[in-house]
Amino acid sequence: MIHFVLLISRQGKVRLTKWYSAYSQKERTKVIRELSGLILTRGPKLCNFVEWRGLRVVYKRYASLYFCMCIDEDDNELEILEIIHHYVEVLDRYFGSVCELDLIYNFHKAYFILDELLIAGELQEPSKRTVARLVAAQDSLVETAKEQTSSITNIIAQAAK
Amino acid sequence: MGSQGGFYQSKEFLDLVKSIGEARSKAEEDRIVLNEIETLKRRISEPDIPKRKMKEYIIRLVYIEMLGHDASFGYIHAVKMTHDDSLLVKRTGYLAVTLFLNEDHDLIILIVNTIQKDLKSDNYLVVCAALNAVCKLINEETIPAVLPQVMELLAHPKEAVRKKAIMALHRFYQKSPSSVSHLVSNFRKRLCDNDPGVMGATLCPLFELIARDVNSYKDLVISFVSILKQVAERRLSKAYDYHQMPAPFIQIKLLKILALLGSGDKQASENMYTVVGDIFRKCDSSSNIGNAVLYECICCVSSIYPNPKLLESAADVISRFLKSDSHNLKYMGIDALGRLIKISPEIAEQHQLAVIDCLEDPDDTLKRKTFELLYKMTKSTNVEVIVDRMIDYMISINDNHYKTEIASRCVELAEQFAPSNQWFIQTMNRVFEHAGDLVNIKVAHNLMRLIAEGFGEDDDNADTKLRSSAVESYLRILGEPKLPSVFLQVICWVLGEYGTADGMFSASDITGKLCDVAEAYSNDETVKAYATTALMKIYAFEIAARRKVDMLPECQSLMEELLASHSTDLQQRAYELQAVIGLDAHAVACIMPSDASCEDIEVDRDLSFLNDYIQEAIEKGAQPYIPESERSGMLNISNFRNQDHHEASSHGLRFEAYELPKPAVQSRIPQTLIASTEIVPVPEPMYPRESYQTTMPSIPSDAGSAELKLRLEGVQKKWGRSTYTPATSTSNSTSQKTVNGTSQGDGASTVSSMRETYDSRKPQVEVSHEKQKLAASLFGGSSKTEKSPATGHKAAKASSHVVEKSHVPKSSLEVASEKATPAQQPPDLLDLGEPTATSTALQLDPFKQLEGLLDATEVASAVNGAPAASRSPDIMALYADTAAGIHNKNDADLLSGLSNPSVTNMPGTTAMPQVTQSSSKGPNPKDSLEKDALVRQMGVNPSSQNPNLFKDLLG
Repeated sequence: MIHFVLLISRQGKVRLTKWYSAYSQKERTKVIRELSGLILTRGPKLCNFVEWRGLRVVYKRYASLYFCMCIDEDDNELEILEIIHHYVEVLDRYFGSVCELDLIYNFHKAYFILDELLIAGELQEPSKRTVARLVAAQDSLVETAKEQTSSITNIIAQAAK
Repeated sequence: MGSQGGFYQSKEFLDLVKSIGEARSKAEEDRIVLNEIETLKRRISEPDIPKRKMKEYIIRLVYIEMLGHDASFGYIHAVKMTHDDSLLVKRTGYLAVTLFLNEDHDLIILIVNTIQKDLKSDNYLVVCAALNAVCKLINEETIPAVLPQVMELLAHPKEAVRKKAIMALHRFYQKSPSSVSHLVSNFRKRLCDNDPGVMGATLCPLFELIARDVNSYKDLVISFVSILKQVAERRLSKAYDYHQMPAPFIQIKLLKILALLGSGDKQASENMYTVVGDIFRKCDSSSNIGNAVLYECICCVSSIYPNPKLLESAADVISRFLKSDSHNLKYMGIDALGRLIKISPEIAEQHQLAVIDCLEDPDDTLKRKTFELLYKMTKSTNVEVIVDRMIDYMISINDNHYKTEIASRCVELAEQFAPSNQWFIQTMNRVFEHAGDLVNIKVAHNLMRLIAEGFGEDDDNADTKLRSSAVESYLRILGEPKLPSVFLQVICWVLGEYGTADGMFSASDITGKLCDVAEAYSNDETVKAYATTALMKIYAFEIAARRKVDMLPECQSLMEELLASHSTDLQQRAYELQAVIGLDAHAVACIMPSDASCEDIEVDRDLSFLNDYIQEAIEKGAQPYIPESERSGMLNISNFRNQDHHEASSHGLRFEAYELPKPAVQSRIPQTLIASTEIVPVPEPMYPRESYQTTMPSIPSDAGSAELKLRLEGVQKKWGRSTYTPATSTSNSTSQKTVNGTSQGDGASTVSSMRETYDSRKPQVEVSHEKQKLAASLFGGSSKTEKSPATGHKAAKASSHVVEKSHVPKSSLEVASEKATPAQQPPDLLDLGEPTATSTALQLDPFKQLEGLLDATEVASAVNGAPAASRSPDIMALYADTAAGIHNKNDADLLSGLSNPSVTNMPGTTAMPQVTQSSSKGPNPKDSLEKDALVRQMGVNPSSQNPNLFKDLLG
């Protein structure tokens, strides 16, 4: 089972955290600090896995962003690597050439997508199309709701003020 | 799709994100966040906030928590948000609570009601959002509240809902198996769901159920096999393909389940052979996901009832992994090798050089994995090299978690396979010196016991040698600056017991060292206590040998310090030491006989030998003893004061815990007690350790028996372990000397032949002499047994012939062992041996004989293993070619921009440069520019600092 998912930038900034096992806020901070120290310093040619407190952390770097997942010792590391890639592909499809900035400003969307992909620490949906369809269905509701309240241009105008 | 990537938040929020992004230090970031927290605290409690605004506040809270700050003041608002009618707001509320709250949070109870309502909603998106929350938030107590609804949802028309309901039920099962145990049959039903996604999700709970109770699911073997077959034959819709592989994630889950079901079950396994074999053949080994499936196949093959053909395929895949340039694949290869050698130990041999390369790789992860493999393949022939390597590595790291693990593995291996006492002690010294505080205290006790008892042989001379070498090494080690407490305890004990035993070192040498220890580690009371008792023993031995005792000045000052110590334990030890020194030689010899730590003492629990003494006292008018149960809780202290001298000694008894053997010893030597009664402070009955210390001449009998039991375990393990390599164990029971000679010779020759094949295939690879030596020492043992069948096979391919050939050496060994056993010389044969060990060896022989008579399939499988080994180089050469070809193709693909970067053999590593270079392809720059423009338009410009932010994650 996946214990947690972390997205960390190369500078060690946290972009997304999702915890499937119970960790207190204090432990979370410690885990993030420990793991970014461990992972960000690793060379490019090395394994994408690190042993950590009796668990395995599988990570993969995309541009300047590290996607990390922590799993049990007897899980299949290569599979997790592909789950990470699967997630990135779904993100890419959703945002259209996803970049780190998309995730920074829309981290809640990244969470929603992750929730359709993983549940309770397991992969729930192996089909990209299904995930995309579900997220789109939710978004379309959001869009209609939005148009009722205020148009996007309004928000941008407000933001540009 | 671009519109979905837009930014809907207010300028305030964008500014926050921007300023965090531009913060140059953690302190600056913290300051910004604290500021934000203040703002939010104020704003969020204002009345009548518009929903849209509130939603943004909640997202800002999520952001703050993500950065590691406490946003608990806003939790309640997130909970409120889940009550909202609009899905838009509700969804954010649910997202926030699942991120904020753990299942034991107090606020959960407020959400349960909402969840119940939402689970009944006719909008399936609302139901989905609620089910997401159920998986995270519902705990054991609240399961009953939502269980009925979740059960209903298992039949929901939308597959997304069914899937989530399955996962929720799975989560319930994990949290409290008893509350849903009557519902697990639903998982079986859902396995037949017509949506593959739901079926795939059902595999998660089924995997767990099967892991807990295999036997009740044996009937599903056929179903799983047929599902796997259909998946592998691409019967699922294209949507489930992933990088041209048919539903690989489902395949992996199924293979995991089959591995469980087929474990040790021949009949079930036979159903699986075909489909697993098919997957082996069909799998695309050039993609990462293909390799993930292949790895899972190996795991499955090594778990189910062995099938020679599948083992062969598995071995092929493993060697491809190990020869790959990708560290990931090497890692998986090492792991897979560790699984497979349990079944076919000979496979390790052909990969020895690859394994050693991994061991010496700078990548820590790979190194650790390799150590794990070595740990699995340790036997008495290679234990020295492996443990040595492990300790070297242990010294080099500072990760305490792993240090502890590897230290305990070293200890375990050393205890099981130690070739000699000398080596064992040296190894233990190294482990203790570098990881002393991390190993279990029991290990220290074992070591002391071992030094005290020797290896259970009758050779006193060897034992004495062992002890003096221990003493010598400890005196040397004491020069080191900082030693772990546990190790110092061992050192003190051994020095006290045996420091002066062989006359090499004088009492003043040893006592001086002990005083130094007590002084240098003055904060460690346990070490001081050990040192004091050791001092007492040294002096006692001196007195008993009727030598003049000169107490060193530093020792005297130490004693003065301890006499006034705050620790009653130390104080008592100091007083005892003082008392012992004042006694005559005969008495001392009685209290502290030399080298008697292994003597059993019989504890007379009734203290019947005191009867006369008591009778006499009572006749003189003393009060009879009143059992504790009859006494009132309070002690009449004045009573003691008034009592006469004889009473005082019985007062000492009355305070003692009767369960401990200490009183017996004290009463056996009444004169000491009487002499010291007035100075003995109120004894503390709570120290089992202390009683052990003060009654040093003798070990309490129950402890002795426990030790006896432990020893037996050690011996059993040794033999239990070696069943993996039956031939080695037989050779063990023949004369050790000859075995060593032959095994080494054979090992070397195999290695050289290995090298030949290796070289002939890859002439450019220069294998260093050192590595070969290492390989020989690591794998030498295993190569011995396998060699003759392998060469025999090369000579003739006719299998019947080979059966005979492989048979012959075995039976000849057998005869040798039979011949050898009656004339055994235990001292040479068995390191940890005892008479019982030899009998185990005898029992092993029938096994050998049985092995010879084993049915043909068994033998055939063994033989089939051999051709794999001998043929593999050619196959490998083929693979080398094909792998290279595939690689080239991939490169081409990448250049043409048609394939995903992950299709390459080396994901990430090769993909990354590609991504950076390929920025000119596709719509990426346009998109990036659009985003950039949008951000600029909003007055936010984080790009100035980090252009990477705009880089596409996927090339």
